[in-house]
This record gives sequence, structure tokens and C-alpha cells, in this order.
Amino acid sequence: MLIKKRSDIRASDITDEALYLRRREFMRVAGGAALLAAAPPWLQACSAGAVDDTGAGAAAPAGQSPLSNYTPRVVATDEKLNTFDEITSYNNFYEFGLGKGDPQRYAGRMTTSPWTVKIDGHCNNPADYLLEDLIRPHQLEERIYRLRCVEAWSMVIPWIGIPLNEVIKRAEPTGKASFVAFETLQRPSEMPGLRQRSLNWPYVEGLRMDEAMHPLTILSVGLYGKTLMNQNGAPIRLVVPWKYGFKSIKSIVRISFVDRQPRTAWSEATPREYGFYSNVNPNVDHPRWSQARERRLPSLFARHTTQMFNGYGEEVASMYAGMDLKKYY
Amino acid sequence: MIRFARPVLFLAALLPLAWLVFAVLTGRASANPAEDILLTTGIWSLRFLLASLAITPVRRITGWHRLIQYRRMLGLFAFFYAVLHVLSYIAFDRFFVLGEIWADVVKRPFITAGMTAFVLMIPLAVTSTRGWIQRLGRRWQLLHRLVYVSAVAGVLHFVWKVKVVIGEPVFYAVILAVLLGFRVVWRLRRSGAR
Repeated sequence: MLIKKRSDIRASDITDEALYLRRREFMRVAGGAALLAAAPPWLQACSAGAVDDTGAGAAAPAGQSPLSNYTPRVVATDEKLNTFDEITSYNNFYEFGLGKGDPQRYAGRMTTSPWTVKIDGHCNNPADYLLEDLIRPHQLEERIYRLRCVEAWSMVIPWIGIPLNEVIKRAEPTGKASFVAFETLQRPSEMPGLRQRSLNWPYVEGLRMDEAMHPLTILSVGLYGKTLMNQNGAPIRLVVPWKYGFKSIKSIVRISFVDRQPRTAWSEATPREYGFYSNVNPNVDHPRWSQARERRLPSLFARHTTQMFNGYGEEVASMYAGMDLKKYY
Repeated sequence: MIRFARPVLFLAALLPLAWLVFAVLTGRASANPAEDILLTTGIWSLRFLLASLAITPVRRITGWHRLIQYRRMLGLFAFFYAVLHVLSYIAFDRFFVLGEIWADVVKRPFITAGMTAFVLMIPLAVTSTRGWIQRLGRRWQLLHRLVYVSAVAGVLHFVWKVKVVIGEPVFYAVILAVLLGFRVVWRLRRSGAR
């Protein structure tokens, strides 16, 4: 029921190729050889057996290697996609500054290779995984999700990633593990925003175990057929489409199985405004603004009425049956 | 040179709007142009309001009394950008749904403060003409003291609007505090001298 495929998709719906090409041109002119880097090893390993091996590992811009061997549209929507340019130019990633353009401006200096993700806590297989070892055993999938930011704007993004539950199963959490905690990279030399003590660094997030195991929850490594740009949380980030965007933690370095509800960066900063659950909910306003409607970027008007669970209620509502969502916001 | 000062100031005051229109129409704005419009019109309204409040202290300190002739224009530009700001909010954020706007005003201190700042500016803009100044006489000055309340509400609106780092609104709050501080000190001195 979850798997929705559509055949009426045109190529132009998926890739705004003109934009992408323009961007590459710019990269070549601006950065020259310095920006050229080999595809990440996990990608090469993945594509070795794939039908469509473009051999693109040779020379692609850093952070932008093509991903060819993913299953397209495992979850999709017929809504209009945001362009690559929109998705990569308007971001909240406070490690690089408070402005929406800051991540695009400053995230390029973040080193994403090699990348290690520590998996620890209550599980049988705790380990430091190299990114390639974490991803390689799993089939990449395209998931076209709505992203609803708590600031009342939204986008539609063609993520590529793997279900988080597959990674969790490999780690074999024990009975004590009732929550999963996530942590973002904290590297002051590459993250100018860390100097501002806007949040209590490192950025941390968490999910209840059933939320983490839900088939809609993914670890994303790419979008629009390429590996993630740094400003979008390269090389690996969480995507939880029925929660406000800040729950989808970026540039993950640690995944921990814990026995109690973990602290989360935003609810620690302003607990009255941001709760642990932060499910998209038009009936529970942010104290300072209404969540009843949203602006589907780049539209000027907030024409969209916000849907309960961001429109994924059919899949996720049962997890919250009997819970007072006004109390557990 | 002084002769051209007014038209030059007038055109300069329109530059933020011109830049905004240009940026939005040519795709130089962000992926959220509505937010760009809201932020730009809001901050410029506050800047012009503070500039108009700076006229009197600067005159008294420098003795450059001609400055008074620019005060009305600065105040009206504060109002002009406030109108654009409020209209953008009504149209872009609330999509003209009056019930939602009213709910915002009564429920959210940040909107309450902003709306207060705006509403208080309306009678000041209306009575800014020579006719009204003459008609109201001494009461005109009394009425226009509302600008202090409007400015305080405007700065509060800004402080309550931002999320975790409040450096920028605090910067404006400090400027306002200094500008109002002059007036308090002068008043105290005057009553002390009596």
C-alpha cells in the first residue's frame, strides 16, 4: 500500500537539467580542478553490478557524483517538484550560519570523505561504519517526499536513500532500545556557524523506535539522481516526511540506541516552541505563528492548507493512536 | 546642493523597494521571495522610523536645524514600508483570510506588537499634512508622541520574531533606547532647572 508507482512521469518532471548543467558549468569555471574529485567509494562499489553504470566515478564535482543504480519512485507524488536550484539554495543548516543562503555559501568547505558513522548504545552490533559499508548492502531508492518546514514553507524533493529500518535491523538493537538518537558533525574548522551559540552543539535529534522503524523513514544520501550537496546534509541525513523539517537531521555522524527519550537540539533551545515529536499538525500552532497553511516554494502565497502528518497520515497516524498530540507536540 | 537634497533623499528612500522588485522579477531573490519581501519591507520601515526619531537629537547636538525639513519624509517612508509589510503579510502569509489574521493579532504577541506599531502610525501619517498641523495646533505634538510607542512596539515585534540569536533586533533596540534616552534626559534636565 505504501509503494506507489506512477508511469505517467516525464523526464522533465524529475530533473531540471538546464539548471543542473548551468551549475556544473559554474563549478568548472569557479573551482577548476580543485573541485574535481572521485566518486565516493561506496558509490563505485554500489554501481559495479548495476545495469546502468555510467562510470562517472572519474571526474565529477565534489559532493555531486551521479547515482545511477537506485529504484525510481518507490514513493512518489504527482505534485510539482522543486528545482535542484531551489532545494540547494534555501536551507536551514545553522552550523553554517543563520541565513537561508549561508549553507550554500559556506558548506562547501565541509569534508565529507572519509565519513564515519558511529552506531552505539543498546544494540548487538555497535561499530564505527565507514559510509560505504553502511550503505553498500542496501538497495538505493528514490523517495519523492513533501518537506514541511516548521517555518510554514514546504518543498517537494526527490530524495535518494535507504530505509532506516534496514540499518537498524543490521545493528540488532536490544530490548532496552526504545529510542534512536542522532548527532550531526561538529567541526568548528569547517562550520563557521558553530561560533554563534545559536543552539547547544552538536545538533542532536531523536525518534521513537517505531518511528525510526517506519518504512517512510529513510537515510538519504542523494537527491535528483546525485549525491547530496553539503548544504542538504551530505553525505548522509535523515528524512522523516511527516515531521517538521528540523527533525530530519543532517550530516549524521552518530546513531545511538537509547532507553529514554533523547534530548533534541530545538526542544532544548526553546521547549515551549519545539517538542520532541514535532509531527506536522495544522491544529497545533507554533506559539508565534499559525501552522494552518504553508507556502509551497517558490510561490508567493501561502495557498496550501497544511495536512495532518504532512499528508502521510494514512501511513503513520496509527503510531500516535490515543496520544494527545496537543500535549505531545 | 541643498536644493536637490529632497528629491535625492526621496529617490534614495525608494531604492530598497526598487532592489526588491528587481530581485524578485529577475529571479535574484531566494527560493522564498515572499519572505524576502516581508523581511526587507519590515526592516526598512524600522530604519526609517529610527531615522525620523534621530532628527531631533542630531539637530540639537549639531545645531543643523535644516534637518527638520526631512523628518516628515522619513516618517512617511517608515509608514510606506510598513504598509507594504502589512499588505505582504495579509496577502502572502494569510492569503487574505481575515479570521486567521485576527487570530494572529489576538493570540501572538509578536503580531500584536507589529500590528500595534502599524496602527499607531496611521493617524500620524494622516495628520502629517500642513493643514492638519495647523488645525491641531499644540495637540499635534501631543498626538505625534505616539511615534515613541509605535517604535517600541516595532522593535518588540522584531525581537519576538527571531528565533534563537537576537543580535540584530537588539542592535535596533539599543539605537531606539539611545534616541529615546536623549529625550528623557532633556526632560529631566528641564524639570530640574525649573
